Amino acid sequence: MKLSGAEIVCESLLQEGVDLVFGLPGGAVLPLYGAMARYPGLRHVLVRHEQAAAMAADGYARATGRVGVCSATSGPGATNLVTGIATAQMDSVPLVAITGQVPRAAIGRDAFQETDVTGITLPITKHNFLVMEVEDVAPAIKEAFHIARTGRPGPVLVDIPKDVLQDLRTEFVWPDKPNLPGYHPPGEAPMSEVARAADLINQAKQPVIMAGHGVLISQACNELIDLAEKAQIPVITTLLGISSIPSDHVLNMGMPGMHGMAYNNLAIDQADLLIGLGMRFDDRVTGRLRDFAPNAQVVHIDVDASELDKNVKATVPVTGDLKKVLNQLIPMVQPNVHIDWHRRLDELKAEHPSLYIRESEELLPQYVLNRLSEVSGGDCIVVTGVGQHQMWAAQHCTFREPNTLITSGGLGSMGYEVPAALGARMGRPDKTVWSVAGDGGFQMTMCDLATAVENNVDIKFAILNNQSLGMVKQMQDVFYDREYYAVEYSGNPDFVKLAAAYGIDGLRVTRKDEVDDAVRHAMEVSGPVIIDFVVKDDEQVYPWIPAGESVHEMIEVQPARGGPY
Amino acid sequence: MVQANPPEQHTIIALVEDKPGVLTRVASMFRRRGFNIASLAVGRSEKRGLSRMTFVVNGELPTVQQVTRQLDKLIDVIQVSYISTHQVVARELALMKVTTTPATRGEIMQFAELFSANIVDVGSTYVVIEITGGEQKVDALENLLSPFGITEMVRTGLVAMVRGQESGMEAENLGVPISGNGIIKMDSGI
Repeated sequence: MKLSGAEIVCESLLQEGVDLVFGLPGGAVLPLYGAMARYPGLRHVLVRHEQAAAMAADGYARATGRVGVCSATSGPGATNLVTGIATAQMDSVPLVAITGQVPRAAIGRDAFQETDVTGITLPITKHNFLVMEVEDVAPAIKEAFHIARTGRPGPVLVDIPKDVLQDLRTEFVWPDKPNLPGYHPPGEAPMSEVARAADLINQAKQPVIMAGHGVLISQACNELIDLAEKAQIPVITTLLGISSIPSDHVLNMGMPGMHGMAYNNLAIDQADLLIGLGMRFDDRVTGRLRDFAPNAQVVHIDVDASELDKNVKATVPVTGDLKKVLNQLIPMVQPNVHIDWHRRLDELKAEHPSLYIRESEELLPQYVLNRLSEVSGGDCIVVTGVGQHQMWAAQHCTFREPNTLITSGGLGSMGYEVPAALGARMGRPDKTVWSVAGDGGFQMTMCDLATAVENNVDIKFAILNNQSLGMVKQMQDVFYDREYYAVEYSGNPDFVKLAAAYGIDGLRVTRKDEVDDAVRHAMEVSGPVIIDFVVKDDEQVYPWIPAGESVHEMIEVQPARGGPY
Repeated sequence: MVQANPPEQHTIIALVEDKPGVLTRVASMFRRRGFNIASLAVGRSEKRGLSRMTFVVNGELPTVQQVTRQLDKLIDVIQVSYISTHQVVARELALMKVTTTPATRGEIMQFAELFSANIVDVGSTYVVIEITGGEQKVDALENLLSPFGITEMVRTGLVAMVRGQESGMEAENLGVPISGNGIIKMDSGI
């Protein structure tokens, strides 16, 4: 039976096991929507803004480990996806975006709603396709999913002209395998390399594991823990590596870097070996490179060879799938206790208690997140936006299971918290999903509250409301002589009334003693809830290594007013 | 005046799928990562459907290593080879349109002959000279002819091939932990 290009897209999505598509239709992509209506196996979630479609697909992918799918029309529909696609690219999230394009004959003529979306997304996708023949639709989608999910995952965009979607000329033929002669994701590493890595680990006196997103992506959490426990190596988790090892594991040290624990940055400074697992030595982790880990040799294992030696020169660079490489490595690692090193680390922790929340009558945002995590039992999924609340969530929330902190790390996209929570909850309806938001980011994407309401997606929104762009304000405070400019939000809506406008529960919390009850109430209510936590508005995130500086310039606690900062 | 050291030059070969947009992907990667291409030549290879790109890249060795790995990461790039440490044949072709007068024509033709260059077009006031050779040979002829007035010139950029039976694309991989998407074959030091 002959099928249209659009029907072939739907058949292909079903072959890939897709059940959810986040999107918003428009002229050029309409043939696809016409076809989707006849495929009940594909549930389409209509968003209010295409950015939410891409970010919801991203949240879905991070929560489930499956490929997230979004769709949009040509021109503005496609360009609205861009921030979401770039977010997925920076954080290695498997995403397939399907966009309609103007008919082939109109391409290149500046037609209505025409934009060169494959050109625009070229540097922010792992790969993209402009499908010019209906015969190529199924192969392109097969290849798109394969590329998106394998190796180092990432977003793939498939742009299909309207007349290709309408073209009713071929039968649906699903290719056996993708035809990608230039794409071979690595598996195991050469044993000689693994042996060199094991040698360094066995000789190290003061080793530190730095676990990144790759541990979660490669599903190597158990291997990470096995390696750490076998040689009693402390584990530092990057922002995206959080939840790869339970927060309460005795070897888990938490986050390093700009707003990481002071003792972690000092541990890295004193370490004689860094074992980087599925991470990329991002500038937020390293600070000034020439002062980073001056005493350490480096074992760096990553699936993406171009990450090795990119920022930090590795003594032993190893390319391979992390889970497979760890399974090669662990038998070669000798049991160890590193008693002196752990004694030293305990001293550092005692001398630099980075997670201390001071006693205060005021509602401190750190306190709110600490209680939120505690009261909700630490086994929910926390989705954050970007800024102060994100760092406080990374510092003060606890995580037990893999993939339970979902946050835009690389791109740092404010507004991620609303749509990503939508996708996360739709992918994991068994988990409580907290969207931890700032009042700034929340207002970037709160239009998609309607999508949550419409689909009865049970998300608990915790807005840490300081009526400002807190992180920017913090930087202006320290680096721009407190000249606050363009950071105060004096006209925020009443978020409780906003909740009412959407027909959902809303609460305002202004006092410490209200926090636990509010969190409990939100967990008990079925359906979305907004809690507006009106927090102390000049609280700042510490410890802090200012951008481009090193552990030697680390500021551990918020200085008193009138101090050097 | 102290002359700065010329930047190191490295030659990289990439076998790529002959598809629309591949050149854009490659060029975009160089631009985005801030790598400097000294020359780029693209043409058909011995394999159907595959084009061969020859890059001459300026930069330190670690930068060039990043270039090869980033190139290899592109889905349409089948294979990347670093051939600078091999014995290679590297050639480019140049066309130069040189102003002539009855007094200078003889001398110009003599220079062309000395360089085994061909005169491919001639008029009463100009000649077009075609030269093939290594970069330095082409540079030398250009320098010699400049005083006469080169009104137009085009150089193709280097194409290169490893000498001997061994194929450049299968140059030995001397213990470099690479291989992202495709297969990078490289020599010592990179």
